[in-house]
Amino acid sequence: MTALSHAGRRRRGLGGTLAFHTILTVVCLLWISPIAFVVLLSLRTFDDIALNGLGAFPTSFTFAAFPEAFRSGGVGRGLWNSLIVTFFVVTLTLALASMAAFALSRYRIPFRRTILMLMLAGNLLPPQILLIPVARIAQGMGIYDTLTAVIVVQIGFGLGFYTFVLYGFMRGLPKEVFEAALLDRCGPVQTYWRIVLPLCRPSLAALAALATTWVFNDLLWALTTLQSEAKFPITAALLNLQGAYASSWNLLAAASLMAAVPPALVFFAFQKQFVSGLLVGANK
Amino acid sequence: MSTSAPPATAAAPGEGRRPRRSRLGRRVPPVVWFFLLVPLAVELFWVFWPALNSFWLSTTTWGGVGVAEPVGTANYERLLADPIFRTALWNNVLWVFGFGGLSVVGGLALAVALNQPRRFVGVYRTVIFLPMVISMAVTGLFWRIVYAPGGPVNNTLELVGLGHLQQQWLANPDTALGAVLVAAVWRQVGYIMVLYLAGLKGCDPSLEEAAAVDGANAWQRFWRVVMPQLAGVNTVIFAITVIDSLRTFDIVWVMTRGGPFNQSQLLSTYMFEQAFSYVNLGYASAIAVVIFALAILFIITYVARQARAEEDDL
Repeated sequence: MTALSHAGRRRRGLGGTLAFHTILTVVCLLWISPIAFVVLLSLRTFDDIALNGLGAFPTSFTFAAFPEAFRSGGVGRGLWNSLIVTFFVVTLTLALASMAAFALSRYRIPFRRTILMLMLAGNLLPPQILLIPVARIAQGMGIYDTLTAVIVVQIGFGLGFYTFVLYGFMRGLPKEVFEAALLDRCGPVQTYWRIVLPLCRPSLAALAALATTWVFNDLLWALTTLQSEAKFPITAALLNLQGAYASSWNLLAAASLMAAVPPALVFFAFQKQFVSGLLVGANK
Repeated sequence: MSTSAPPATAAAPGEGRRPRRSRLGRRVPPVVWFFLLVPLAVELFWVFWPALNSFWLSTTTWGGVGVAEPVGTANYERLLADPIFRTALWNNVLWVFGFGGLSVVGGLALAVALNQPRRFVGVYRTVIFLPMVISMAVTGLFWRIVYAPGGPVNNTLELVGLGHLQQQWLANPDTALGAVLVAAVWRQVGYIMVLYLAGLKGCDPSLEEAAAVDGANAWQRFWRVVMPQLAGVNTVIFAITVIDSLRTFDIVWVMTRGGPFNQSQLLSTYMFEQAFSYVNLGYASAIAVVIFALAILFIITYVARQARAEEDDL
């Protein structure tokens, strides 16, 4: 509700409104057209595409590409692997990050701000500087080419950001809450578990929504720590599929749509939390 | 001070603390150290320790088996003479400006347009933001389909009478990088828009009202009144954009793998190729160190800004 809109409203006639909506409708249609095109393509038969071309108007309609990609293209397995990785990374990262944030925000730990900023900086490092040593360390520990490796490295890499955000939130909690906890003789663990975590629920939800899409969408760490196709998460599986099914456009389209659906569901279910999560750390 | 201090802390030895401090525990219990040190150890082990290792590896030559052989600065000297590295570096510069510039211009324009209480504004915002939810890898696949021969881009060109422009966008060395860039911007604009929308919400409307009364037109009001208030958001977006640009990997890897003829290679993809396709681990580490050196200034900018904001909050 800025003055711009107030000032604008005074002069804004029917023509202005019409122009506004026309332009934005065109922009939005253009924006959504790649997705729409892929959806259309996934619903056509192979023969239709081969005969009439990729960009032709659909003359067939079938859902057959979805089950086929799910079964034979490794999409089902990839989605399952992604779900496992995402579940463990998100819960463990948030657990560890909230512990660190609690310690840093509530206790007089020497150099706590330096520690916090160092942790945040670690999250901003270009991953390229970690790839080779991470692969070597995973090999040395005997976890190379296991989901464990993908999980632990993503936990380590994400921690800094989540700790930073939760630290900010915990600093903002009213101090009366903690005084009450002291009166009730709550120890640090009880204070953390029974008071701080429940109060942090909104920011934990925001971070969980954000982290779910980030981890689910990762490709780089999977390529770095995994080798066997059976363990690939969906992003890496798609990359393989692209080589194997190069001419089956409908299969490729269906597979990539299935990979896009889970994060999209999270986004639509938690849109508010998602956007507020994005804004933390950027909006100061 | 004693009356307002909580009884438990007031009873603690060593009086005379300022009230601001009273919210912090005084002695750090061992379990709290445990709370901090476990996550910290995980990050040190999986982030800082590997990062340090890369610096050392970059001064060696190593094929992955046996012992890494120290070679001093030879890898860096090789980089200077490597034409593919130079292409990748130049492409990264183009990428920072193209990817950053286009998404900032698009995101800012859309934020200003959609920062008003009008009908359907929420729908428009959601549509623009939607691609951000899709992974870089899937975005790359989507756009491979879009750019394919006989695909919608080429068909549309034909339809509007520009048929001579039809081509294999991703297989043509002259167009590959630009084609990937468009796909990446498509995904990024929504993110930048959301950041600017939040920034615009924090602007003081009375300043603009005053400028309007003084006869400033919309254009002047935007550049002279609104933009200065967005300085903070701009710094953050600038830092994020550069850091993101240097990290960009997935979308290029999925769409072109740096090809054709390395013409769409970025530093990140070239590093990955050297490391995992050719197993030149020392050389690849040197490229990683270059990426780090380019990013570190912007990382410091971002972190310092957050540290200052943190101090203001106290």
